Amino acid sequence: MTRAFKNAATALGDDALVLAQRLGEWSGNAPTLEEDVALTNIGLDLLGQARFLLSLAGDEDELAYLREEREFRNVQLVEQPNGDFAHTIARQLYFSCYQELLYRELASGDSQTAGLAAKAVKEVAYHRDHAVQWTLRLGDGTADSHERMRRAVDALWRFTGELFAPVEGLDVDLPALRGEWLATVSQVLERATLTLPTGPDRTAWAAGAGRQGVHTESFGRMLAEMQHLHRSHPGATW
Amino acid sequence: MVTGAAVELTASELRDLAGSVPDPELPVLTLAELGVVREVRVLGPGRAEVELTPTYTGCPALETMASDIRLVLGGRGWDARVTTVLTPAWSTDWISAEGRRKLQEFGIAPPGPVRSGGAVFVELTVRCPHCGSPDTRLLSRFSSTACKALRSCNGCGEPFDHFKEL
Ligand SMILES: [Zn+2]
Repeated sequence: MTRAFKNAATALGDDALVLAQRLGEWSGNAPTLEEDVALTNIGLDLLGQARFLLSLAGDEDELAYLREEREFRNVQLVEQPNGDFAHTIARQLYFSCYQELLYRELASGDSQTAGLAAKAVKEVAYHRDHAVQWTLRLGDGTADSHERMRRAVDALWRFTGELFAPVEGLDVDLPALRGEWLATVSQVLERATLTLPTGPDRTAWAAGAGRQGVHTESFGRMLAEMQHLHRSHPGATW
Repeated sequence: MVTGAAVELTASELRDLAGSVPDPELPVLTLAELGVVREVRVLGPGRAEVELTPTYTGCPALETMASDIRLVLGGRGWDARVTTVLTPAWSTDWISAEGRRKLQEFGIAPPGPVRSGGAVFVELTVRCPHCGSPDTRLLSRFSSTACKALRSCNGCGEPFDHFKEL
């Protein structure tokens, strides 16, 4: 396994792991029982992807539980706090549309991730559909839900550019996928009576972003919660 | 868990045994009916390899399936190694006709055929497994497990699970 391939498997695995952890935070807290179940099921799919991808890069448990913040390679979008339900949906819309395109490309290639991608792309299509349905309901809903959805798509917009930055070792032309992603997202937002945000789609921070190990403030707290059990009781099982 | 000497069994007999294990989440189905037992190979005297394919990537039942298979084959004196394969990806089309009948009987609407191009979102008619009415509506795309959606019947008013096409 080359270092570059491991880098790519870690990046994609971390995206899935971190978003799974965020979605898991809704367990017991979602606005309705159906959504509690939906969000945790989506998290479970992502956790399955993460386990496979991180196992290609090394020991899945060590990678998940023993790395420091700066060693995680996930994009900043997935680590953003759940916020209100609209924020969670906007994050899921942006990410699922991206992940579906990415996995579709990987599935048609011949790397070691092709088998996983072929399987996961079908699951991710459900995640995307779930996010689209909710974006429509909230955007084209009440004045309050519309306003919350508008705030959420605007607030998370600046984390979307990073999705299409090239990843070393990844056999997919990510920048080339941005056009199709933009077309899909624009169309959904339009149907939801929302407008595509116009602000910058990335932060101007020179040190890079999540793929370079630079993370946003809340990520450290999320990681502490995710890792504390394993760090306090190494090798704990139940 | 291997108990005593291995009973002489062919790969196909071993496959039947492994396939007879009930699905941990939907015990009304066997693993063979669910279509998740991929390949069974005899590795040597009393040693076999069973290939399983997960329904969903994150399927939490996979480890239970593997240990149940080891237990059943172990009961015949066989030491089974259970491995996971992802390719080709499992599809609900692999659920057998008998499996579909049992799902229906159990109150779960079986999946329709998967069209090329992957998951289906066009609202095909899903019949109520209780009263047979085609007048049903989607309540939630996700239900108690990742593989099911929650629906409700406008005919008899009962909620029911639908095994989603994948
Ligand atoms: Zn009915």
